[in-house]
Amino acid sequence: MSHHLVEVKDLEYSYPDGTAVLRGVSFRLTHGEKAAIIGANGAGKSTLLLQLNGCLVPQTGTVRIGDLPLNKETLAYVRRTVGLVFQDPDDQLFMPLVRDDVAFGPLNLGLPPPEVEERVAHALATVGALHLKDRPPYRLSGGEKRAVAIAAVLSMSPDILVMDEPTSSLDPKTRRQLIELLQTFHHTLIVATHDLDLVLDLCPRTLILKAGQVVADGPTRDLLQDEELLQASGLEKPLCLQGCPVCQERSKNPMPSELAPAKKLND
Amino acid sequence: MANIASSLLNLGYLETLSYQQTPLHRLDPRVKLLTTLAFIIAVVSFGKYEITALIPYFLYPVALIAVGNLPPGYLARKVLLAAPFAFFLGIFNPLLDRGVLVHLGPVGLSGGWVSFASIMLRFTLTVSAALILIAGTGLNAVCLGLEKLGAPRRFVVQLLFLYRYIFVLTEEALRLVRARTLRSFQGRGLGFTVFTSMIGQLLLRTLARARRIHLAMLSRGFSGKIHLIRPLHLQGRDVAFFLGWTALFGLLRLYNLSEVLGNALAGLIK
Amino acid sequence: MHMADALISPAVGGAMWAASAGLTAYSAKKLKQDLDEHRVPLMGVLGAFIFAAQMINFTIPGTGSSGHLAGGMLLAILLGPAAAFLVMASVLTIQALFFGDGGLLALGCNIINMGGVACFIGYPLIYKKIVRQQPTPGRILLGTMVASILALQMGAFGVVLETRFSGISELPFSTFLLLMQPIHLAIGIVEGLITAAVVSFVWKAHPEILIQTPSVAAARVHSHKPLVLGLALFAVVAGGALSWFASTHPDGLEWAIKGVTGKEELEAPRAGAHGVLSRIQEKFSFLPDYDFKKPEGDAGEKEAKKEEGWPHVSRGRSLAGILGAAMTLLLAGLIGFGLRRYSSHQKG
Repeated sequence: MSHHLVEVKDLEYSYPDGTAVLRGVSFRLTHGEKAAIIGANGAGKSTLLLQLNGCLVPQTGTVRIGDLPLNKETLAYVRRTVGLVFQDPDDQLFMPLVRDDVAFGPLNLGLPPPEVEERVAHALATVGALHLKDRPPYRLSGGEKRAVAIAAVLSMSPDILVMDEPTSSLDPKTRRQLIELLQTFHHTLIVATHDLDLVLDLCPRTLILKAGQVVADGPTRDLLQDEELLQASGLEKPLCLQGCPVCQERSKNPMPSELAPAKKLND
Repeated sequence: MANIASSLLNLGYLETLSYQQTPLHRLDPRVKLLTTLAFIIAVVSFGKYEITALIPYFLYPVALIAVGNLPPGYLARKVLLAAPFAFFLGIFNPLLDRGVLVHLGPVGLSGGWVSFASIMLRFTLTVSAALILIAGTGLNAVCLGLEKLGAPRRFVVQLLFLYRYIFVLTEEALRLVRARTLRSFQGRGLGFTVFTSMIGQLLLRTLARARRIHLAMLSRGFSGKIHLIRPLHLQGRDVAFFLGWTALFGLLRLYNLSEVLGNALAGLIK
Repeated sequence: MHMADALISPAVGGAMWAASAGLTAYSAKKLKQDLDEHRVPLMGVLGAFIFAAQMINFTIPGTGSSGHLAGGMLLAILLGPAAAFLVMASVLTIQALFFGDGGLLALGCNIINMGGVACFIGYPLIYKKIVRQQPTPGRILLGTMVASILALQMGAFGVVLETRFSGISELPFSTFLLLMQPIHLAIGIVEGLITAAVVSFVWKAHPEILIQTPSVAAARVHSHKPLVLGLALFAVVAGGALSWFASTHPDGLEWAIKGVTGKEELEAPRAGAHGVLSRIQEKFSFLPDYDFKKPEGDAGEKEAKKEEGWPHVSRGRSLAGILGAAMTLLLAGLIGFGLRRYSSHQKG
């Protein structure tokens, strides 16, 4: 369906001081696709994400969200449609209480308070944070903050979800919970991340960004096994594809008991 | 460094206290604000030599501490910590006002000492009232109350944002200072250049954070107005609280309860 | 430099509260017209920054004491007067509520002394005039120094005036002045240096942040150096001269006041709320004859002298008062204890 469409064409962007960051990026995502954008630090991942809801404006090229091109007139529509979850939850939770943050978006959309309440409850329940509704943000753990930040975006009912490093500094259990949650989403999903194992678990499609350009765009399974490509882009294989380290170590340096056959006692 | 860490703990602890669900905490914040103000005005309206008439005013903080389940020792310590300025100004009084004002048996107390005692009494009363207000209400509720009482919304929003990020920034400052302390071996404290570069660093990080927060706000449709939907309803007990206490403050202002009781007691003895 | 509730009278406190409330309303209105919504998070976070920065101390060489940043001037340079004032007001409010710094009634005084002066006088009238459109490091340094020094002098002077008009502290005007002004001269210098250093630091990294944007000077800019230096010199000399004059003629101010009003002391305590209340009190004066002993000679004299000071204190009355006070305290304690037991019973 067209309202889940994300299309970027020949996008170029430079910082105010002139440094070129994005040098002609193009890709197209359709209904419900889940794609990861990976690349070394400085490749331009975060900058690209910020183009998708108009936080940054490209010097050349176009962005299309749903039916409409992204420009000043369609900005409000785009921000309703694209939910951007930033890297640092502290930057996104700026209201006195959790429920104020989750209500922030819907209230800005002009929804009446009863509906806002409903959306808040629903969004918090989706991320499993309903019990945190009346807490102030600084009393939340890292994982809780992440969950609430996501809820704060979900409450606007976006069709497209864009996330910047969602699993960074999460403990393993919370990370797993987040991955499982994201797997249940039907949104079009774009995730910029260093967590290549997350990519394998969550995103069937991957784009590799290198020095502001898309150097690869295809099925995750294929890209993440291409060692050469990964190396050239400043990456390496995800841990789960690197082979069991314990077995590898064993085959190189076997323990004595593993070499000699077991001796029978009355031999 | 201990300074920063303890301030953080402090803020956090007062926060925690404000989450309790006691009859005090359930009162309308507007009422608590106004009553506290009335209390302070009553206390400071006494003449500089007044001591005994001030004592009955302790009923207010004592009652609130009890009902609000607040820790008296902690509050007393905070009052003590805040005392220096008043103390050091007040201590001039005994030096300057030497005329004997009152006799306690054989000992003559100069006016200066009387007024000094009065100053310290006032100080204790007013500062505890402020601390009790925040511990018994919480900043969010205080801000809400302020807004409903007519404070400019822009100012209230500022207070809320400031409070929200105090913890974040204090922690950042703590990290900066700690990192520096770990790398300095003479233990001489911060020199001027290191200090200004640290403050400069902190400021740059703050500005960068402000930009990111702004982007996050824009991404969720922010266009200049902060919405805070929290209706406040005045109840009978709120009105009763306000009227009752302010009436008492007024009464205590007109009649020195200490003297009344003292006279009555003396009369009984006679 | 925080004013405390303990040293203030309702009249002074109320007046300054009204003044700061007015300035706050004005600033809020001014900001609304600005339509710069990126300021909402910026002001909040900068307030937190000031709060955090104030907790970092540095050692002043040679004195062993420590200094820190107050921040009013820095904020004004970063945000402009109205926004900076709101931020300072919010920081002071938090300090009053959470740390008892000052007090809630004295908050008005503190906001004016430490926020209003720096943001609405120091910054626009001094700093901006000096730095104009050419924010060179030299001008920035001079601007922040002069502005900070003068702002702090005015703030300190405000404290002195407020204390004097409240009549709770015994410090005579001149002595207090002599105490406050030199100390705050030093503090002002330090503040100016820190502010200048931080502003330069920021300017090197992000020049677009400063409110002042260097623009091409269309017309010839007259050199304001002589004026500026003169202003600075005048300020220092005036401050010193005033202190010297006050110290050599300790009653100079009182003499001046006498000449103007015909009274020796400003009758602030008698006016307004105080006066009405004291008249009521006198009317309802309790058992005025109840004394344990008759006041002796010298005590009687002192009594007469203290007549203008209020309340009327006599030995017997005070003893009864003390007894009653002890009882009241005991009573209050019992009530408090009882309430606590009651509320914990309610819970459990």
